[in-house]
Amino acid sequence: MKYVDEFRDPEKAKFLLEEIRVLVPQIRNARTSNSPIYIMEVCGGHTHAIFRYGVETMLPDGIELIHGPGCPVCVLPMGRVDDCVALAHMPGMIFTTFGDAMRVPGSKESLLQAKANGADVRMVYSPLDALRLAKENPDRQVVFFALGFETTMPSTAFTVLRAKAEGVQNFSLFCNHITIIPTIKAILDSPDLQLDGFLGPGHVSMVIGNSSYRFIAEHYKKPLVIAGFEPLDILHGIWMVLKQIAEGRSEIENQYKRVVPDGGNTPALDAIGRVFELREFFEWRGLGSIDHSGVKIRDEYAQFDAERRFSVPALKIADPKSCQCGEVLKGVIKPWDCKVFGRDCTPETPLGALMVSSEGACSAYYQYGDIEKIHDTRAMVEEMV
Amino acid sequence: MSSVAEMVTNNGNKPRRRGKVKVPNVTLAHGGGGKAMHDLIDDIFVEVFDSEGQAPLEDQARFSLASLAALGDRLAFTTDSYVVKPLDFPGGNIGKIAICGTVNDLAVGGAIPLYLSCSVIIEEGLPVETLRAVSQTMAKTALEAGVRVVTGDTKVVERGACDKLFINTAGVGVIREGLDLGVDKARPGDVILVNGLLGDHGAAILNARGDMQLSTPIESDCASLHGLIDTLLSAVPRTRFLRDATRGGLATVLNEIAEASQVGIEVYEDRTPIRSEVKGFCEILGLDPLYLANEGKVVCVVPPEDAETALAALKSHPLGKDSAKIGEVNDHRPGRVVMQTVFGGRRIVDMLVGEQLPRIC
Repeated sequence: MKYVDEFRDPEKAKFLLEEIRVLVPQIRNARTSNSPIYIMEVCGGHTHAIFRYGVETMLPDGIELIHGPGCPVCVLPMGRVDDCVALAHMPGMIFTTFGDAMRVPGSKESLLQAKANGADVRMVYSPLDALRLAKENPDRQVVFFALGFETTMPSTAFTVLRAKAEGVQNFSLFCNHITIIPTIKAILDSPDLQLDGFLGPGHVSMVIGNSSYRFIAEHYKKPLVIAGFEPLDILHGIWMVLKQIAEGRSEIENQYKRVVPDGGNTPALDAIGRVFELREFFEWRGLGSIDHSGVKIRDEYAQFDAERRFSVPALKIADPKSCQCGEVLKGVIKPWDCKVFGRDCTPETPLGALMVSSEGACSAYYQYGDIEKIHDTRAMVEEMV
Repeated sequence: MSSVAEMVTNNGNKPRRRGKVKVPNVTLAHGGGGKAMHDLIDDIFVEVFDSEGQAPLEDQARFSLASLAALGDRLAFTTDSYVVKPLDFPGGNIGKIAICGTVNDLAVGGAIPLYLSCSVIIEEGLPVETLRAVSQTMAKTALEAGVRVVTGDTKVVERGACDKLFINTAGVGVIREGLDLGVDKARPGDVILVNGLLGDHGAAILNARGDMQLSTPIESDCASLHGLIDTLLSAVPRTRFLRDATRGGLATVLNEIAEASQVGIEVYEDRTPIRSEVKGFCEILGLDPLYLANEGKVVCVVPPEDAETALAALKSHPLGKDSAKIGEVNDHRPGRVVMQTVFGGRRIVDMLVGEQLPRIC
């Protein structure tokens, strides 16, 4: 495939890996502690690609990837899923959602189970599909389950603007959009954190640009490299982070220049600004409440806000006590260190959020990882190289 | 065909006069057991499956044991239900799959497929012409596959109780002497082959549902594989195992082999044939083509010394021209399937949990 295969070229990967193999011991030799170099990829899309292409198995010992909180499906608290299910069960309702939110467990049902139990839940690929359904079914209410970071926020905002312009009366959003910056800050403020640098999210940055990350480099002195989603992008991004660490720099760099403009996408940001405003706080599964980390619909567009239009239970449901999703998200423990990983918590019957989506770290390890063997796979790969 | 026809016993009745359906849509009356039902069965099914009027309408098909025994030493018997949505898709329809799927389930066991049953559950309101088109496709596909549909059943259910049309076919075949195929028979060193491009059917169906409104013309690979399999088994009678990679795709079949044979399997992404349209489709939707369904692809496990012969045999058949050796069986980690990615990394290929759902970003 054109413009894809070029970014999966194993020959170029070899070149980068050789450089990484030099940088890792160089950095570690200069440090007093013996701990590995920890790099967090914030975005779930990165996590998925890392596992899909086996990027982690190619890295030398002494460098660990921490799979961060950037899977919007994974960080959705159980109470919000319960609200979705309650909306979906309302008489005459068509509840629309992205596919991978279907399996997220609520306290009683997931959307997939609600569908099996009679709710009209439909999978869509874009909020515009939901708006189209509303226009095709004028006698029914259509709610779109809006979730995701700044990546999906513009398309939701444009859909609301269009719904208003077209005077659609029976369409609304259940808004669960979240923002990345306060979340990275919350992770950086966590006392048990051990991180040496970040791979920044490519798609989010395409919308917000790169200036918003400056505090990470300036205040927290951590390097961040915005990276694309092909395996070569990721390896290149890792190499750039290591290079900064080795040279004692902490800067915001952009590996994904072919997509991410420094200033972001102005029309997208304008649309977001017109439709949404920051919530005072938003609850994250595994991380707790984070100030200003979610958005809600502005009063002007209240008619498109499902939370105001319908009454939802809005209960706070605690995660199962045995789950250690929060520690995994912050990189304090590895997924397989969690007490319930692979035993009570599997992709078939997920207890914790990170087991739910293919972008969740636990699910990715469970599906692709075969953890105990990652190290000997690495050894095998090294033998082969 | 003639030998098959002779094997179904005929009590010498003269052909009956057949009924005709005179309304545009199927109604509950067509399932009621009376004249309407007889007309439907005659007009839609008997008309195409028994055009020469040889078989009387008994409640069962009857076979001569001696003629079956002449073909091999074991019977194979299988059943499958078909509920594909939409009924028509590029490259086929539900009728074609209903024949090919059951023919393939027999053929992968080393059986010569002979007889099929056809049981339909119809949602009231289905246009009679839709049903006729499906039965005609079934008859044509059966003829091409050298099998006969010899018994069947028709039910009509209320609107909403099924989705337009469900078909069940069961099949009987005879396994030739000397073949011993089994999912538990893979041994370290064995070579794994497939007969062509993977994921076409799954992508064609998803595309035909129209959610994505992509204009990519991906056609289902739906085909009867008995001829291809016969060519392979004649060339390599020591073939260890065959399975058609339907629901769950290649990944699922490989896991089934690894688990049942207690062996490891290593496959190579760069040798796994997938057409670029399907790759692109999966890129957009966040799907993995290894898990997409196929309806005309068989996964073959053969001993290493037979690998080249097997590949040549597969490639000599029109349904195998894109065949490839995609991996090997090893003794590293029993039950595990590992893929060497195009990028040079390695990943576990596990069984799919539930359905593949498109990722949001």
